Amino acid sequence: MKPIQVVEGRAIPLGLKNVDTDVIISAQYLKTITRKGLGQGAFETIRAQPGNIFDDPAFARANILIAGDNFGCGSSREHAAWALTDMGIVAVIAPSFSDIFSGNAFKNGILTVVLSQEVVDRLLEVAKTDPIRIDLEAQTVTTPFQDRFEFEIDPFRKHCLIGGLDEIGMTLSEDAAIAEFETAMACDRPWL
Amino acid sequence: MSDKPRTLYEKIWDAHVVQRRDDGTCLIYIDRHLVHEVTSAQAFEGLRLAGRKLRRPDLTLAVPDHNLPTTARLDADGKRIPIADAQSATQLAALEANAPAFGVRYIDAVAAEQGIVHVVGPEQGFSLPGATIVCGDSHTSAHGGLGALAFGIGTSEVEHVMATQTLLLAPSKTMEVRVDGVLGLGVTPKDVILHVIGVIGAAGGNGHVIEYTGNVFREMSIEGRLTVANMSIEAGARAGLIAPDETTFAYLRGRPMAPTGDKWDKALAWWKTLPTDPGAQYDKVVVIDAADIAPCLTWGTSPEDVVPITGVVPDPASFADPSKRAAAQKSLEYMDLAPGTPMQEIPVENIFIGSCTNSRIEDLRAAAAVVKGRRIAANVRQALIVPGSGLVKRQAEAEGLDRLFIDAGFEWREPGCSMCLAMNPDKVPPGERCASTSNRNFVGRQGPGSRTHLVSPAMAAAAAVTGHLADVRDLAPLGENA
Repeated sequence: MKPIQVVEGRAIPLGLKNVDTDVIISAQYLKTITRKGLGQGAFETIRAQPGNIFDDPAFARANILIAGDNFGCGSSREHAAWALTDMGIVAVIAPSFSDIFSGNAFKNGILTVVLSQEVVDRLLEVAKTDPIRIDLEAQTVTTPFQDRFEFEIDPFRKHCLIGGLDEIGMTLSEDAAIAEFETAMACDRPWL
Repeated sequence: MSDKPRTLYEKIWDAHVVQRRDDGTCLIYIDRHLVHEVTSAQAFEGLRLAGRKLRRPDLTLAVPDHNLPTTARLDADGKRIPIADAQSATQLAALEANAPAFGVRYIDAVAAEQGIVHVVGPEQGFSLPGATIVCGDSHTSAHGGLGALAFGIGTSEVEHVMATQTLLLAPSKTMEVRVDGVLGLGVTPKDVILHVIGVIGAAGGNGHVIEYTGNVFREMSIEGRLTVANMSIEAGARAGLIAPDETTFAYLRGRPMAPTGDKWDKALAWWKTLPTDPGAQYDKVVVIDAADIAPCLTWGTSPEDVVPITGVVPDPASFADPSKRAAAQKSLEYMDLAPGTPMQEIPVENIFIGSCTNSRIEDLRAAAAVVKGRRIAANVRQALIVPGSGLVKRQAEAEGLDRLFIDAGFEWREPGCSMCLAMNPDKVPPGERCASTSNRNFVGRQGPGSRTHLVSPAMAAAAAVTGHLADVRDLAPLGENA
């Protein structure tokens, strides 16, 4: 996974509440054999509407998404996180996230930033015209208009995201312990 | 390690701890990883994107099963017949390419050893007592019938095992399900596990690993034990265990991937230390009298909806729990059944004998014993026999079971998951009913609008020859001496 220190760029001001994983990526895309390409099917029902925000050229290279309460509710499909990554989204800002989604996002190297509705409203306003900046180390979100908002994050998740460590990466950092176990096993249980 | 008496589960767990963390979670070593076409593609892709290797290809075995059509796979010239469904063909092609690319042993779709992953593992001696076994499929619990700690995992975990040969896990609670006594006439391992699920409920095993104890399981064949452990997940338990014993050892000795020589002797010595110590404590104990178990089946859309074949469709009003009452009402609407209807009066149009629960040689023999001298009823439109593996199929053919089934009107198919899950062309048509030896009677499981009654192979055969759900005890064997 790519390490995250600072995320800076245009942010899609979606703003909707209760965006469920079916909205993020519908069930018909679950028979795929790849995590890539799911961006094509992401937010399909919203994209079917003319003039929708996702197809606005101003946000073509956006790497941040700003949403309302309870983002990522519904099914546990990891495809939702895969779809966002495929769209180029690195961070999502919302007043709250579903537990399963935020876990899946973290596993896939997506930063979820929780801020109050009031702050999210201000960011939605700024995002229409200007970029925003998330500094994970400093735990701040700033705008070109001198706005500065602090956010909380679990220290373990922060450590993993800054280091670009996924769960597999974390376990692989225990390689010596695994190798030692394998050596002992080859002696104690050589039939395995 | 202290001298505190330990359960079978605790012994296997302790023997696989690579690292114990402060919060109680452990990094657990995985001895055996089974891979099939549906849940592996993104995991292989993840390795590729991260530039990672598969750590232990020698502990990994891949075989396709879920998507494969069960019709002929080779044409008259011995060429592979392409799979018509494009997505299924793509998933299969992905596994065919990924396995050699990562050095994984691969049993291909036309190999004699091909079959349902949970039939192949034990059959090949890949699955062993005391081993930790995972697969991206919830019915991995089946391998617990050999005394292995075996459970299903998701795609991210599949990738984690591929890369590290470990999983970060929290220990489970333990539940003993003890069944002592003498099983009645016509009562098979499938009836035992359906009865158990009916007693403890579909969520009764949540958070637990079940160990099945008592003389009923000790006297059961390995095929029967695999059936029982297979359905542990339907009781909510991630894994089910039956202590390895002489029956287990006799089953495994000489299997292609089982240890030999000195390694066999060492393995045997360790396996014998695994059974639960006297005085070890389980977090929960359920005791069932074997005499209370009848040939049984499901009436609703949860595996806990179990009644004896002599019973009737229950009245939703009879359930005290309001949520259960509402669920029963919904189930009956979906199943198109009226309360009070005798189960034996329910006609069935489809028969499915197969799946990782009931597709082993003993299952086919049990069905054949009922079918012998009879024909499928006129109202049965589709009756499939799908052996669990090419080797089961070959064995059955050597015993003449294929002829017996075909002459009676059944279709004799190639191995695969088939009608258990509607991911391949074998489906129950909308609104039709199926007496099925599989493991899930969920809404739409066997195809959109399908209605499933879970039964044993003998009871599925009884339904096939009578055209309705039937009590196998009423069908006396019609052998040539009858």
